Amino acid sequence: MRIPKTALIGVPILLLVPLAVRFAFPAAEKYYLHLLIQILIWSFIYTGWSLMGRFGLTSLGHGAFTGIGAYVMVLLWNYAGITPWIGIPVAIVVSIIVALLVGYPCFRLRIVGHYFALLTLALTEFVRLCIVGLRDYTGGSLGTQPRRFGDGVSLYALQFEPDRVLSYYVALALWALGLYVWWRIDRSMDRYALDAASQDEDAAASVGIDVTREKLKITAISAAMCALGGAIYAQYQMYIGPDTIAGLSVSLNIVFAVIAGGMWVMLGPTVGAVFTQVLSEVLRVTIQNSAALQKVFGSAVLALDTMIYGLLLILFIIYMPKGILGTLLERREKKQETPLVPAKAGTRS
Amino acid sequence: MPMLTVSGLTKRFGALRAVNNVSFDVDGGEILGLIGPNGSGKSTTFNCIAGLYAPDAGTIAFEGAEISGLPPYRICHKGIARTFQIPRPFHNLSLLENVALSAFFGRDRAVTQKAAWDYAEEALAMVGLPTDARVTTDGLGAAALKKLELARALATQPRLLLADESLNGLDHTEMEQAADMLQRIRREKGITIVWVEHIMGVLMRVVDRVVVLDHGEVIFAGAPKEAQENARVVEVYLGSEAVA
Repeated sequence: MRIPKTALIGVPILLLVPLAVRFAFPAAEKYYLHLLIQILIWSFIYTGWSLMGRFGLTSLGHGAFTGIGAYVMVLLWNYAGITPWIGIPVAIVVSIIVALLVGYPCFRLRIVGHYFALLTLALTEFVRLCIVGLRDYTGGSLGTQPRRFGDGVSLYALQFEPDRVLSYYVALALWALGLYVWWRIDRSMDRYALDAASQDEDAAASVGIDVTREKLKITAISAAMCALGGAIYAQYQMYIGPDTIAGLSVSLNIVFAVIAGGMWVMLGPTVGAVFTQVLSEVLRVTIQNSAALQKVFGSAVLALDTMIYGLLLILFIIYMPKGILGTLLERREKKQETPLVPAKAGTRS
Repeated sequence: MPMLTVSGLTKRFGALRAVNNVSFDVDGGEILGLIGPNGSGKSTTFNCIAGLYAPDAGTIAFEGAEISGLPPYRICHKGIARTFQIPRPFHNLSLLENVALSAFFGRDRAVTQKAAWDYAEEALAMVGLPTDARVTTDGLGAAALKKLELARALATQPRLLLADESLNGLDHTEMEQAADMLQRIRREKGITIVWVEHIMGVLMRVVDRVVVLDHGEVIFAGAPKEAQENARVVEVYLGSEAVA
């Protein structure tokens, strides 16, 4: 296999990042690593969502899958003492089952577009209500914590939170896994089948594509990735709450980030994660430090970032539907003048 | 034994009987013309065979096995390929990708990815379209889009090809070329063809037999020569702009 030049340069750089952070920000090493870890874990989740999003399967249900991933693993650990090494696969299987239960009728009945988005939105809310309703186990809307094992760093318990550098490498591995899955799918025939089905299901079926099956396959992969991402996020935060790792806010964040970064390019979701994480940090710091803003908006100032998010989402959809990275790559391609061959030449025999 | 046997096929849309008790056979190796004026039920018949509609009554047997009610992708796997009356290319894929998809997901379930790309090139070459992987569907004319439909159907490696109104929107030369193409497909690939058409002229030169539908019923089945002399067929087509 030919290793691309970007990987030859990129991989060592990514591996050396913790060292660089230590030198550059000796006082705030933990903070910057934390930001990077967040970006990497969310990138993985976003990449998982984009596997469906790029084929027109706009799901608002992925907050349910991250939630299932986190909660199933944590509950198994806290109440049954089952190691996350088993808990995570179980959580993934549960999320796949839920995804297939919702997906099958949708795909058989050809529920697409807005209706698919609404139906999956209901799934998110359903899972959130289940979490809140089972408050004796889940801690309800206050959330809960995975039981800490020993000093908090353990292979058996898959806990690594106190060691930021270790956490960084865990997140980096997860992120790389996401890109690998994306790359594999991008090169598979299934990708072409889903591209075709997203445009014309009847025509796709006429050439032998089992559209329902193809959609179920990608939905299962996408849900599994989000469940895994949710579980790892829980282990890193050492806290899970129905609004931080499940629920509509997570679903919407995913969609916003991927649209912002770019749905149809491999690193688009990653760029989206960098953008949204940095943006929310900047907004948080600005709002917290600005007496003027707090004076004008009062306690509503806390909701200001959500409003800005919404505004940006609208702007992105209108002016940059291909996202930041998608638009940049497109511009570069145009500059390089290696356009696709126009079909007109040579098609008339 | 005929390759395809349609018997007692009935399909209703609400109160409308689009197809009423239609029966006919298709023999292996022949080109059968399925003709009739607009609204005669030929497209409905066609879509029942292709699996897009489930018939309300009647049976469709392909190579001895009942296929009515199977979903379209299963019909394709059995060895029946179709084209669409109005071409439906995947505009988000290149020409080659359009066709490679058919080769990969078509009748041969064990085909490798590499072989699928090769089949795709072969099918594109056969219909006379460029095999360059970068060519997109943008700006393809009506004739080229018809060819793409055909290439896509051929790449599924069918035993029976259902060609839906292949000549719609073509000029005279292009019609002749399309008719020759179907003949070549039969000759070189040994593929049996059902050609659904409302333009009689060019079709009559190429087909072995015709089945004529009117108001959802078969009014004639036999040699093209006899069809043109048959009183009912003439009556149905008289005054119709479709008579060539």
